[in-house]
Amino acid sequence: MSAVRFAWPGARRFSLAVDGFAVPRGERLLIIGASGAGKSTLLSLMCGVVTAQAGTLRVLGKDIGGLSGGARDRFRAEHFGIIFQMFNLLPYGSVLDNVLLPLSFAPARRARATAAGSAQEEARRLLRSLGLDDDLVHGSRAAELSVGQQQRVAAARALIGAPEIIVADEPTSALDRDRRQIFLDLLFDQVNRADGTLVMVSHDATLAPHFHRIVRFDDIATTMRGDGR
Amino acid sequence: MTVLRLALQSIANRWMTALLTVFAIAISVMLLLGVEKVRTGARASFANTISGTDLIVGARTGEVQLLLYAVFRIGNATNNITWESYQDIAARPEVAWVVPLSLGDSHRGVRVLGTDLGYFRHYRFRRGQSLRFRAGGPFSDLFDAVLGADAAAQLGYRIGDTMTVAHGLGGTAFARHDDKPFRVSGILAKTGTPVDRTVHVSLGAIEAIHLDWQSGRRDPDFHISADEVRRIGLQPKEITAALIGLKSRLAVFRLQRFVNTYAQEPLSAVLPGVALQELWSLVGTAETALGAVSIMVVATALLGMVTAILTTLNERRREMAILRSVGARPATILGLLLSEAAVLTLAGVTVGCAALYAVLAIVRPYIDARFGIYLAIDPPGPHETVALAAIVVAGCAAGLLPALKAYRLSLADGMTVRN
Repeated sequence: MSAVRFAWPGARRFSLAVDGFAVPRGERLLIIGASGAGKSTLLSLMCGVVTAQAGTLRVLGKDIGGLSGGARDRFRAEHFGIIFQMFNLLPYGSVLDNVLLPLSFAPARRARATAAGSAQEEARRLLRSLGLDDDLVHGSRAAELSVGQQQRVAAARALIGAPEIIVADEPTSALDRDRRQIFLDLLFDQVNRADGTLVMVSHDATLAPHFHRIVRFDDIATTMRGDGR
Repeated sequence: MTVLRLALQSIANRWMTALLTVFAIAISVMLLLGVEKVRTGARASFANTISGTDLIVGARTGEVQLLLYAVFRIGNATNNITWESYQDIAARPEVAWVVPLSLGDSHRGVRVLGTDLGYFRHYRFRRGQSLRFRAGGPFSDLFDAVLGADAAAQLGYRIGDTMTVAHGLGGTAFARHDDKPFRVSGILAKTGTPVDRTVHVSLGAIEAIHLDWQSGRRDPDFHISADEVRRIGLQPKEITAALIGLKSRLAVFRLQRFVNTYAQEPLSAVLPGVALQELWSLVGTAETALGAVSIMVVATALLGMVTAILTTLNERRREMAILRSVGARPATILGLLLSEAAVLTLAGVTVGCAALYAVLAIVRPYIDARFGIYLAIDPPGPHETVALAAIVVAGCAAGLLPALKAYRLSLADGMTVRN
């Protein structure tokens, strides 16, 4: 990221500036910042959900600011796996459908996921390795799962088809301490296996020991906030 | 595939709203098609009332008026035609058959029609069906009467019963032809036309009951008994109208011209089809109004659908954000909401059609018996198909509103829902 300037459209008057920031491939990076500091905006920029008004943003060697909207969405589908803080899943969908969802938008990921068999098989394998047994996966709707289980399903969705970059936005803040540990262990296991890059944002500095590098959000980004409304 | 399945599951998840929306659309579609069905059914029934008749002749009057009083027994004739004119027309070489009609009397609220035996032979309805007797037969005596199916049922008469005819059309007429009672000689099978609500007697009988009457009331100085009348052998002096069948339909305009320019008396001859057309143009305004109302009901139902989708939009922003995060384009989100509107509208149209046909199948016998309107159960015609397609298109167009809103929201929200 270099010389990136971004402001949300409309009356929100929140803008974010990143002068220069890079994440090497394969790194596990933790960005720590207070709630509401603009971390989610930064992630949205990285993933190409929103585009910067100025500056360049290169991901895997590609200038995603220069891509068309459709190409950016496709790029995100192929190369990113994203986990949110909570409410990650479509509550009415089955667990399997939720996991398989990104493959609909990413042919290359689908090809990778089906390399060893069917996509469903791969999804079940991931869910199993994340500690969700087949009984639970089979036929349950996402809404019937506990929050911890939902986060694991979200992790499986982010990991399926082995995208290069996993982005996690406070994935553990809805979990209690024990479950947080289990979840992180499982997630790291899988990221290591796929040899991916992990970018996580959190306000929780106690997660630090798991990561290669820890940066403070305020050190990489400057935010400006208007008077509000 | 997964996306489509999830979209359907999303609708299923909100099944209550979806079901009500589909219901509202279905009912509006039922109304729209139902009005159309009744309209075409009523038209067909009117058109079916008279069949095989080439010309209707009466005193000089409007085409619609002549058709209404001669065939549908609606309204009254302003004037009669003389027996001589009738004979002149009947003697024309083009004429294959002619049936005289004499109206103006009633029996307990049921109209009495004076005619001759040709009526039972030549009168045709509903694509050329001829009259059939359910019981008895045509009149053989001067004071015999043949009842239509509804008239017989309403009056409770059976073959052989006697009845008196009143002058004029009031149900409780004070001027009764009670000195000359009639005997029921036959009862006709149901036709679904005004014939069902008619008492048929011979022309001579109409003449007979008026023999000792002057200017609509009994002549106190002159009285003649039924038996005397039978002996006289009455010749009618005038009739109300006549139905004419031609040897060749090509001659119809020639004969029409002959009648319309008949020198001895002002007459008019109308083609039933042409007069019906004129009638439709008269009632067309009411039909248009009905159609407009049902279109507005459809519009209301579609508005309801848009409202239903719009209200769910806010709680579904999360859903949109998830879809965006896994790589769905804003266009995909637009498409999802559009297809939701399309699915709801299509379901509504389908359910509406199915329900309409079900209702039609149930009420058809009743409507036929009660109003003489035969509602056809046939696949939607080109007109209806266009209307149904227009509803689906309108539904999708209406769905564009929430879809565009979702599109804008998903662009603005990015991956996180903001308020």
